[in-house]
Order: sequence, then structure tokens, then C-alpha cells
Amino acid sequence: MKSAQETIMQRIREALRLPAAKPHLKSTAASGTPAKAGRPWLPDGGETPDARLTVLTENLIKLKAQLIRVADMSQASLALAELSRTKQWKRLAYHAHMDTQALIKHVGCETWQADAEFDKQKLESCDAGLTTCEAIVAQTGSIIVSSSTNGGRSLSILPHAHVVIARVDQVMGDLSDAFTFIQQRNSDHMPSMISFITGPSRTGDIERILVLGAHGPKELFLILVG
Amino acid sequence: MRVSLFIPCFVDQLTPRVGMASAQVLKRLGHEVEFRDAQTCCGQPSFNSGHWDVARAAALRALDVFKGAEVVVGPSASCVAMMKKFYPEILAGHPRLQEAQDLAARTFEFGEFLVRKLGITDVGATFAGKATYHDGCHGLRELGLKEEPRQLLRAVKGLTLLESEEAETCCGFGGMFSVKFPMISTAMAQVKCDALVRSGADIIVSSDPSCLLQIGGYLTREGKAIRTLHLSEVLANGS
Amino acid sequence: MSTPRSQFLSDAQVATDDVAQRGFLRQALGGYYVSRDVQKARYRDWEQARDAAAMAKWNAVNRLDRTLTTFATNFERNGGKIHWARDSAEAREIISKICRDAGAKAIIKSKCMTTEEIHLNDALEAEGYGVVESDLGEFIQQLRKEPPFHFVFPCMHLKREAISELFTKHLGTAATDSPEELTMIARRHLRQLYVDADVGISGANFLVAETGQISITENEGNARLTCALPRVHIALAGIEKVIERLDDLAVLLPMLATAGAGQPMTCYNTLYAGPRQPGEPDGPSEFHVVLLDNKRTALLADPEQRDALHCIRCGACLNVCPIFKNIGGFAYGTTYQGPIGSVLTPHLRGLQQWNHLSGASSLCGACTEACPVRIDLHHHLLHNRRNAVLAHVSLFDRLFHGAFGWVIGRPKLFAFGGKVFRATLPLLKKLPLPYLSTWLKSRELPEAPKKSFRDEWKGSQS
Ligand code: SF4
Repeated sequence: MKSAQETIMQRIREALRLPAAKPHLKSTAASGTPAKAGRPWLPDGGETPDARLTVLTENLIKLKAQLIRVADMSQASLALAELSRTKQWKRLAYHAHMDTQALIKHVGCETWQADAEFDKQKLESCDAGLTTCEAIVAQTGSIIVSSSTNGGRSLSILPHAHVVIARVDQVMGDLSDAFTFIQQRNSDHMPSMISFITGPSRTGDIERILVLGAHGPKELFLILVG
Repeated sequence: MRVSLFIPCFVDQLTPRVGMASAQVLKRLGHEVEFRDAQTCCGQPSFNSGHWDVARAAALRALDVFKGAEVVVGPSASCVAMMKKFYPEILAGHPRLQEAQDLAARTFEFGEFLVRKLGITDVGATFAGKATYHDGCHGLRELGLKEEPRQLLRAVKGLTLLESEEAETCCGFGGMFSVKFPMISTAMAQVKCDALVRSGADIIVSSDPSCLLQIGGYLTREGKAIRTLHLSEVLANGS
Repeated sequence: MSTPRSQFLSDAQVATDDVAQRGFLRQALGGYYVSRDVQKARYRDWEQARDAAAMAKWNAVNRLDRTLTTFATNFERNGGKIHWARDSAEAREIISKICRDAGAKAIIKSKCMTTEEIHLNDALEAEGYGVVESDLGEFIQQLRKEPPFHFVFPCMHLKREAISELFTKHLGTAATDSPEELTMIARRHLRQLYVDADVGISGANFLVAETGQISITENEGNARLTCALPRVHIALAGIEKVIERLDDLAVLLPMLATAGAGQPMTCYNTLYAGPRQPGEPDGPSEFHVVLLDNKRTALLADPEQRDALHCIRCGACLNVCPIFKNIGGFAYGTTYQGPIGSVLTPHLRGLQQWNHLSGASSLCGACTEACPVRIDLHHHLLHNRRNAVLAHVSLFDRLFHGAFGWVIGRPKLFAFGGKVFRATLPLLKKLPLPYLSTWLKSRELPEAPKKSFRDEWKGSQS
């Protein structure tokens, strides 16, 4: 007897014997998804670093994410301390990384390194999760985190607030740039999760009215150094 | 130019004034107008109901009827779309496909003909009143006509063009749909007509007599005193 | 006994009679139109972006033999396990078995219409598992024991009062009229359930062949949690979800968000490449992807409508559909509502039984205009109508269209028939004639003129 895989593959091959017409395209040029250079029609991410920062800033405002620009790491650490004080956080989770460790120096609340010995129940009780990120996409305002380098899968989603520490040179133009970067960086092996975080968690399920913090973080802070 | 009129079957029988008005405007612009009376129906009711064999026969008849016509102009976006877009589709693989494609290239909806083919937006008409334009779906989405009828209306002296909400929303006619799914069709008419009434216009203009049948039929039943006119009737007025 | 068609007609009648509810739906979608247009304006050329999105899917679907194989190979290389399901029953059995083998008790789900398609929850519950939908809309619909009303906005038909009452009844919470507070009630209720679940079940929006990743799009973060905390992650996906390259997402992700919900990007777009890997602190130890056929290959075999497999389930076609907006999602009686549902369902569940959905359209084309991947939706309704006629015609229809074709083939007869029709119209209006009397129930017909156009024309020429 044929396996399900064989049956389905055979059905597919038979089905594809008759070719389908191409879609009715508006432009004559497009024959496949052209590479980035050929995509001057998507939303603009900005050509220069300054332009990218402008686009990013506008996007984050619209997304209701909060951008905190600082000059250096020591200012960043003060900014985090200030956040933790005003938000009255009791426990902040972070993952092992030079930057996160530098950042939590002045935080008044309890800090816990979540990736040392993972405990989901404890993580659930944390007010905030602090992570680094892989990159930031100006075009869409997305922050990219991976499970291998930014503290795993849950640190950026389970606590009520998510704080990201990043440097301005991590800001990229558009999604294509980000995918190229991801593929180059992980050419041998993809991390088990890569997430594009675009603003704090939200829902519009009740009467299509926007509410932040559906299941993921209600607040998203990006501390951008440089 | 020698224009051969393409008059939809229900315009022929129910609203002949739309056909006469179209002819009048074209003549006034100096064109020779003919009507080939072997024409009947484009076959759309059968096409839309899935009876493509009946529609195909109608298409082949139309090829005969309009053979040699320089241009074919019809005051119904829906029936023109049938000829321009769907004849070639139902005649795919047929020996007369090329003929159908040639006819499609020579066939125009009334307003489309004026603006796109002749490059005219002001036909010198006058019409006192506040009008709003209803985009029939075939004109808007099959033929891509949005600005053309509005350009023509804006040039009419004495006429104020108002935009209504839901201008691009279907009136709910849909041919046989209107009587096979009357509750949906009527609900759509209600949404459409409520918006038309809210627009404050006292005339509703469209390029599709079939939409006007639906809109006018619903408004009359609801006791609303708004006139419905075909674009050609407005353009034929007052000069 | 009711047939899908008779059920549809009576449900559509009830729905269209509810003027207030129809107004509510229009109002709820009002904000969507505004934000969609704002986002679309950010594209330097939306139409060209649609071309690229359409071609990305066209390329993947028309080479499905290769793209799917590549995906499966690369996915397993990443450490996950692929399962193949010919139909719903097989998919349910595969998923049940994974749950049994894992010794699961509690299952948490993130939104996945494909699991609705195969009626997964009923099957799992029958085996004694507790299954909780975690998407807010789906959670509400699960409490109401109702299917989703709209496959992207599952409970958009409900007012906040109804949701508040529902929560009071099932969760014992105090009444509130704040959408925010209602959302927080669900948030608080579900958090521990994520922590306790052993198995997380999700869908997949895209299967990336090149890298063997699956891509999940969501706003709430519930899918992120579903795929992070339980020991086992199962994703169910139709075979048509595959795309060739990771970079295709640079086009597809923003367009999905903009077309479907008027967002620049959905809040979380997440790529999963396998179970937890060495060096990663958390994540499931098993990751299964179930690839479902369930008649998709039958649709693939129809080149005319193959593009229906390009669908990225954004929901844009529902949001602009005047039929959907007036009859709502339930009247369809299908897993996938709206235009795409009317195209797909006859293929998935049988043309004769479900062709009425193709008929229940004015063919306005708003769907086709909205579709980010350029599916020829309203023309496919015409194709389905034709296919249904080719397969079977009722006697009435045969006579009606036969006679119609005969008359319009004879100009003199047509003109004479028209004259008789016009002369007798006042009388005909009083008779219980099919179609005519239906029209007259809610609409007038203009008075018939004395002369037809052809008569007047003749007169004017002489
Ligand atoms: S058919 Fe097109 S518009 Fe409708 S849900 Fe699918 S992708 Fe979106």
C-alpha cells in the first residue's frame, strides 16, 4: 500500500500536468518575486542610516511601542532603572549577554537570569523581560529576536513588558535586508525560532477596537544606544 | 466615425430613451450612428447562470451582427463588459476567437467611448441639479472606468456632482442573482440607496441601466423621490 | 430535510432581516477601511506589490511537487517531523496519536482555520483531552460553542455586552462594557493554561521551502506562547502554504497584514525551524508538521482555478464583500466564509451541494480587487456555475435557458415577444410568475413604454 506521502505527491504530479496561466499582472516586468533591488514599490525603509532612524521612529510611535534613545550603555542602564521605578516592576527577567548584564546594574527590582535554569512558572510572574535583538527593521518597525541568541522563546513574550536593548547600527532598511542578514548569519543552522516583533501585543477581536496586551507584552520598550 | 449602437435587450424593451439619448449625443458630436436591428441580447443572463452554450451562440450571433462595424458603442457597462471581456473567454479555442478579440477592441461603453476614444469630456450639455454617480461594478472593475463618467458629469453646466458613501458598493442587481437570492439583493439595494439618499443628490446617474433598474425600483418602492438617469440622458440634455 | 442550499436561503433571510446587526457589521469594518487605506498609501506601488505576491504564490504552487519536497527535506533536517495526511480523518488520527504518545492531558491551541476544517477539537475532546483555544476571538467562540464568524475576525459579530455576559456565565467575572477589561479577563484566565499545557497546536501561514521553516502570523502573542511553553508543538498546514524562498516573505508578510487588517505588519511574525536546539533555554522537545491534502490536489488539478490555492487567508475579500457584510459569516455554513469560501467549498465539499454559494453573488468583483495575491475570485464563481451546469441541469433551467437562447437567436420573434411583454406587463405583474413576482416583492418595475427602442429608432430614421 502506498504511503500518504506517496499518494499526495503522485496526486500533485498528476495535477500539475496541465499548466496554469500566469495571474493577470498589472506590470509586465514581474515574473517572480524580484530581488530587493527590484522592489521599489514596497513601503520605504530609508536609504541612509538617518533616514532609517526617522522611518523607524515614526513607525514605533504608530505601533505604540516606546523608543528610548540614549548615547551609551551607562545611560541605557539609567534609563532601565528609571523605567523599572516608574512602572513599579518587582521582578525583571533577562538572559545572559554582555549588554543585558551591563544594563541591569542600576535596576532597583529583583533580577533573574531566565536562561540559567528555565522555569516557566517563575517567568510568568515576571513584570518585564529584557532581551537583546538580532536586528531592527525600519520599514515596518519590527524588532527581530531569535531563540538562540536573545534568550529563548518565552522571555520576549511571557512577561508583561518587554524591554529590548539595541544599537543604532542594528537598524536595517527593510524586510529583505533582514532576511538576507538572517540567512547569512545562520547559514549552517537556523535557530528554532526567529520572531519579528512589531509593536506590543494587541487584539481587535472585540468590536474591532484596538486593545494592547492581549496575551503577550502590553508594553514594548526599545532602548536604542548611539 | 461611424458608430454602431449596441442596445441591450432590456434597454430596447424597457428604457428606449437611454438608447435614443446615446444616439443623440453621438450625432451631436458629428458622428454617423447606425442601429443594426438583427441584434437582440448579448447572452449575459445565460452566461452568468452557467449556460455557456447559450451565451456562446449569442456571442457568435453578435459577431455576425456587428461584422464590419467601425466602432460599437453601448450604453451599458455590463453588456459591453460581456462583449469585451467575456466573449473572448467563452470563445477560447473557437475558430472565431480572433474575430471576438477584434470586436472587443472595437467595442466601447458609452462614456468610455467619449473620454477614452474621442478624448471628449465636455459635450456641451446643461442639466440643473445635484447629481451623484453610481459606479456600476462592471464599468468600475471589468472596464476600469472611474474618472471618465465623472469627468463628463463635471463638465455639464448647472450640474453639481456629489460623491456618496458606498459609491463603489454594488447595488445588488447581479442579473438573475436579484431574483434567485432576493433577500440578499434587496439588502444590498437598501445599503446602497440609503447612502445615495444621504448624499443629498436629487439625481442618481449611472452608466448601467440594469443598476438603475434595481436602484430606481427600490427607491420607488420605498417612496423616495430621487430620479435615476443614465449618463447619456444627462449628456443629451439642454443643447 | 434541509439541504445546504435551503439552509443557506433561510439563514440568509434571517440575517438580512436583522437590519441592526448588518449596521453593526458595517460599522465594525469602518475602521478597517480607513487603516487599510492609510497602510496601502505607504506602498510606493501597491498594484506592483500585488503582482509580486501573486507571482510568489504562483511559482510555489505551480511547482508544488518540488517546493513541497524541498520543504519537507529541509524541515526534517532542522529536527522536526513531517506527517502527511490525505484527508481530515487521517490528519485527526495523526494529531491524536502524537498527543497520546506524548501522554498529553491539556492542549492549548492558537488560531488555525485548518483545524476547523478537519474538526479537530471535537475529535480531541472525544478522546478526553481538554482543548483550549487561546486566540481571544476563538476563545470566545469556543465558549459560545460556535464556529468562527469570519476566519480572521472570529467574533466580529458580537457586541461587548454579549461577551461580558458570556464571561460572567463561564468565568464568573463581573460585568463590564470595556473591551480592554474584557481582553484582560481572557488574558488572566489563559496565562496559567499556557504554562500547564503539554501540547501546543498551531497552524502555519507559510512553509518556507528554502529554509524548512514555518511562518506564523498573529497579533496577540498567543501563538508565540503556544509554540514556546508546551513540550510538544504540532502545526497543521495545507500543502498549498508552501513558498519557495525566505525572501518572498518580505513581500507577503506586510501585504497579508495590510490587506487583511490594515496593519503595516502583524504584531508577531515568527519563523519556527525545529524543536528546541542545544544551547536554547526553552521550547518544545518535539515539533511536528502535519501536511494536509483534503482535496487541495483536486483543486490543483483544475488549472483554471488553481490560483485559489494562492490564498494567504488574509480575509480582505470578506471585508469588502457586500454579500458577507449583509448575510454575515454563519449563513455560509462553511469553514471558509466569504468569496474565497464560495470558491473553495464546492471543490472541498462537492459542487452540486455547494454551488448555490457561487450563485449567491452579484459578481461585483470587490473581492478580486482586494485580493493581495490576485486570485480571480469572482470569475471563479462564474466558472463554478458553468461547471455545475455541465455536470447537471434542472429541467426548469434547461427549458428556461433553452427558450431564452431560442428567442434571442430570432430578432423578429424577440421584437414580437417584447411587444407582447410590454403590452401585458401590467397583467403579468399581478400573476405569480417566477422571478417577476420575486422582483416585485421588494422593488418596482418601470412602466413599459409603448415603443421599444427599435421601433423608435425606425420612426426617427424615416
Ligand atoms: S482569497 Fe485573497 S483576499 Fe481572500 S482571504 Fe485569500 S488571499 Fe485574502
